[in-house]
Amino acid sequence: MNIVVCVKQVPETTEVRINPETNTLMREGVKSIINPFDMYAIEEAVRLKERFGGKVSVVTMGPPQADGALREAISMGADEGFLVCDRAFAGSDTWATSYTLAGAIKKIGEFDLIICGKQASDGDTAQVGPGISTHLNIPQVTYVKKIEEATDKVMKVERMLEEGFEIIETPLPALLTVVKEINEPRIPSLRGLMKAKSAKVTTLTQKELQLDPQQIGLCGSPTQVVKIFTPTPRVGGQMLTGEIPDIAKQLVDLVKGEVN
Amino acid sequence: MDYLLTDEQKMIKELAHKIAEDKIRPAAAKYDISEEYPWDVLKVMAESDMFGLFIPEEYGGFANSVMNLCLATEEFSRACGGIAVCYAASALGTFPIVLFGNDEQKKKYLPDLAKGKKVAAFAITEPEAGSDASGIKTTAKKEGDYYILNGLKHFITNGGDAETYVVIAMTNKEKGARGASAFIVEKGTPGFTFGKKEDKFGIRASSTRELIFTDCKIPAKNLLAKEGMGFIVTMRTFDMSRPGVAAQALGIAQGALELAVKYVRERVQFGKSISSFQGIQWMIADMATEVEAARGLVYSTARMVDAGCKDVSKESAMAKMYASDVAMKVTVDALQLFGGYGYMKDYPIEKYVRDAKITQIYEGTNQVQRGIIALQIIKELAK
Repeated sequence: MNIVVCVKQVPETTEVRINPETNTLMREGVKSIINPFDMYAIEEAVRLKERFGGKVSVVTMGPPQADGALREAISMGADEGFLVCDRAFAGSDTWATSYTLAGAIKKIGEFDLIICGKQASDGDTAQVGPGISTHLNIPQVTYVKKIEEATDKVMKVERMLEEGFEIIETPLPALLTVVKEINEPRIPSLRGLMKAKSAKVTTLTQKELQLDPQQIGLCGSPTQVVKIFTPTPRVGGQMLTGEIPDIAKQLVDLVKGEVN
Repeated sequence: MDYLLTDEQKMIKELAHKIAEDKIRPAAAKYDISEEYPWDVLKVMAESDMFGLFIPEEYGGFANSVMNLCLATEEFSRACGGIAVCYAASALGTFPIVLFGNDEQKKKYLPDLAKGKKVAAFAITEPEAGSDASGIKTTAKKEGDYYILNGLKHFITNGGDAETYVVIAMTNKEKGARGASAFIVEKGTPGFTFGKKEDKFGIRASSTRELIFTDCKIPAKNLLAKEGMGFIVTMRTFDMSRPGVAAQALGIAQGALELAVKYVRERVQFGKSISSFQGIQWMIADMATEVEAARGLVYSTARMVDAGCKDVSKESAMAKMYASDVAMKVTVDALQLFGGYGYMKDYPIEKYVRDAKITQIYEGTNQVQRGIIALQIIKELAK
């Protein structure tokens, strides 16, 4: 089974501050890690490979330092890494990103399955996985918490819902996004780390991918970030005390006061 | 301080750090209370190749490196001295085979130990033979192609949980120290059973048991080196393993220091962080400097061993003695910095004091270490 895992490198802390003057994220001094949800995707792919054979390719779109994320995935058992990296891709929103990653996956070659984390911890959109499947015109199953059965043609999975789960059968190739309930990502082995250090990571640029220039980067992005800001913290509530009719009256007066 | 570690050593340190933070620290209190053997944590260490750090490449490890062992043990001990010693004690049980095993013995035992499929233990101590190893009463009598073992070992770390034991027994009592020999004994050998499991003050995640040999028949080919080499095997093994105990002490001290610094920054009294008080700052400065000095001594000794320096007894003893004395002092001071909270079991720091104490005692008490150091210095000056 040939599996492609899409990963994203994100800032380690969830408390990245925003520069109030430029409205941009202050990334200085913040360590980059693999998006935590993608770790489950890598682990699941490696487990499938251990069961069925085949190979795991990891792909990421990002700046040159995203190479580190690919090597970390290789240390956990992935076989090869692809870094989609070009100034032409800069400023991509989720549409342009999923279009570009879909193009990269076609270039990588034949695959049976694509696995993504359910969302990235920085953007939290959960759109890129489904976007990739749409661009590739393959089925998608999001929020997968368990792979029940798998062959090289078809897969039966449990999809997490707010209450309970669905069992979905999908033909392959397909794209899954996974939730943290699916597994516990392994700690890499020393041998894995050594292998990852010297592993070959292939860089894919616009020159190799030959994507539609109108659909990549900033100009291929239909959405734009207009403003980034820290929401003002909620002010504490007001407790009303007394007998219930009293409280009701106080509440009515307060609401009237607000309206007026 | 930058110890100019190689890329591989940095990788080992980072990986061990990750195991410590993700797997050991969250489990430390649980195993301290239950005294169960932390198999789940050891499995992670095994899958991450940590048991291969002190075993040569041709037998499934990475290199026979004491420095590697020290880096991993230090990181593990930062999070839990008890779980760390389960690991380090396997190294102690493995070293005699690495150092003195013949090719057949190495091929048979080392690959499984390198993969962490099996854990090892070293057994010399007996009720009446602690620091005075010449008081060993366990005997090994040769009968044809076998040795028959009889006697009792106690305080054996990993006892009962280890699969592979190196046991020191007397093959010729009249010769005293020169009549001792080292044997590999497998768990499950008829006549080899386990006695009392000790209820300990600290390092409670590790198991400490009696080994009982009752007409235990082992193949003669399980003899390590030659008959009469038992004490040489022991001394050379301790030269290799003492930096590991020192690294354990170092890690416990480092872990306690980190917790204390974190605490004093958060703790507010008299309207400010207690870290702003000079009395606290001086304690922190002393603790940190002593830990760094211990680290310098431990790493230097480990590097000497790895470089193949012949006589490292003095340096090994210095590293073990100094690092464990520092661990005791630093953990007690760290508890002091936690004030009343430090004395409570809800806080992690009292466990560090309990875990530190054993490092001054086992693999030769610090009084014995001082004896080794002094004798060596006097001998050197007499030349």
